[in-house]
Amino acid sequence: MSTTGRLSDGRQRSLWAGRIFRGFLYLSLAIGFLTLGALLAQVFLQGYKWVDLVLFLEPPSTDPQIAGAEPAILATIYIGILLLAFTVPLGVGTAIYLEEYADRDRWYNRLLEVNIQNLAAVPSIVYGILGLAFLVRGLGLGRVLLAGAMILTLLVLPTVIIAAREAIRAVPDSIRQGAYALGATKWQVVWRQVLPGATPGIATGSILALSRGLGETAPLLLVGALTYVAFNPTVLGEFTALPVQIYQWVARPQEEFRVLAASAIIVLLGILLILNAFAIWLRNRYERRW
Amino acid sequence: MANVSVNLAERTHEPPPRGSREVVFDVDELGVSYGESKALEGVSLEIYRNYVTAFIGPSGCGKSTFIRCFNRMNDLIPTASVEGKILYQGEDLYGSHVDPVEVRKLIGMVFQKPNPFPKSIYDNVAFGPRVLGMDGSLDDRVEKALQQAALWDEVKDRLKAGALSLSGGQQQRLCIARCLAVEPEVLLMDEPASALDPIATTRIEDLMHELKREYTIIVVTHNMQQAARVADMTAFFTVTRGDEGQRTGTLVEYDATSKIFTQPSDKRTEDYVTGRFG
Repeated sequence: MSTTGRLSDGRQRSLWAGRIFRGFLYLSLAIGFLTLGALLAQVFLQGYKWVDLVLFLEPPSTDPQIAGAEPAILATIYIGILLLAFTVPLGVGTAIYLEEYADRDRWYNRLLEVNIQNLAAVPSIVYGILGLAFLVRGLGLGRVLLAGAMILTLLVLPTVIIAAREAIRAVPDSIRQGAYALGATKWQVVWRQVLPGATPGIATGSILALSRGLGETAPLLLVGALTYVAFNPTVLGEFTALPVQIYQWVARPQEEFRVLAASAIIVLLGILLILNAFAIWLRNRYERRW
Repeated sequence: MANVSVNLAERTHEPPPRGSREVVFDVDELGVSYGESKALEGVSLEIYRNYVTAFIGPSGCGKSTFIRCFNRMNDLIPTASVEGKILYQGEDLYGSHVDPVEVRKLIGMVFQKPNPFPKSIYDNVAFGPRVLGMDGSLDDRVEKALQQAALWDEVKDRLKAGALSLSGGQQQRLCIARCLAVEPEVLLMDEPASALDPIATTRIEDLMHELKREYTIIVVTHNMQQAARVADMTAFFTVTRGDEGQRTGTLVEYDATSKIFTQPSDKRTEDYVTGRFG
């Protein structure tokens, strides 16, 4: 039996192309994974010893042995709560307007859409400058936690809007039509069919946006998150946050503070991983098959 | 004479006698455009109470567009515009004071693909009465609607189960029950059986025979046998091509179903019902 019949022509060549491509894919994967893995391993090995009660329950100090990150951890939690409280209503409201009410033939609606896409790509430092000029000085809020939460809200709002729009768009039109055909008003269709259908997607998008916001440092530095806060934060008081605290500790000359920074990174990563895991769980649990 | 492949002896229900005709819809020179292109033009006909009226014709003939005029579903398409008149029991459906939401309460619609809400069977049927704030016992309404749609016996023990767990045919009957729960006067059905298997189709057709005692039914179908089996009156639509190739639907012939299928007066109808075209 011949191995070079009509049916096997070209097989060797395409086999090699396939192998090379597959090798390239593995390589891309490996670069990403190994880099991340190495970083995580390094941080973890360096910092795990100091992830203890002192870190959670003590304020920072010039003595690394007794220094903790309680004000920063609390502030990050406060900011997270405010961030959700601000972004979810605003983001979902905007998304509902754009998907259900806006007439796409109007130039201002198209402008709005393009702008939201663009805003999602603006560097976070630019939001920081805006926050400093507009919130801290313009509105006279001062360098307070609320200003920090507000500027992070602006930062992640486009992401939430885009995620909510995707979720709303995923609700099939046949559901809307079915509800309209029963004599439901637009408000009832949106409120009783579209929003419940879009909730899992909206929740997932909001949590991912939240975890992005909590990891931000630059905008908070600009609106005046302090690097040394020895007291627990209030909404209208001066504050620091975990990423800012980490930034400050890393910059210290003493080796012990780097260890401390590594342990704070572990805490921050832990918070973000829990949030992301929750988002994935939500998505899998409530994912709809129409 | 046309060699009709449809066996009219299958028909179990003869149309009501001519004298009993009571006009529910009076359509006069109706046209629908999507943006610049006309989808339907110059349609005039009357729909009678407690009749099943079928719209048949090839794809693109505007029959679905037409049926959506009766409950103003075309309003939901921003580019759609309607000209001409539809009187519903003497009242202009497109009058400036008419609220489309009110229209849809009286004129229910069942769609081509079953579209149950992703909720329980009970909540699907209860949705209409709830949004309309209908009084009385919700449980009774749900039961009555499910019974009318011949679905009660199959689902009475699992009303809290998800509607998407039902079979396609059951889902479509659920959608019919959902419509009936708001106590409409007219039922519009846009190819209600095209996504179903033959047995489920038969059940929907039997249901239409039952329901026309209480309701006026308009059904779009591309299945001629179905029209012959269920409809008292049949309207045949076709596509005409304009000078620039634009496709516009027009009404060719409207008459008693038996007439349409055995003695059509238009050559185009004859060609269609004998299967020479479309």
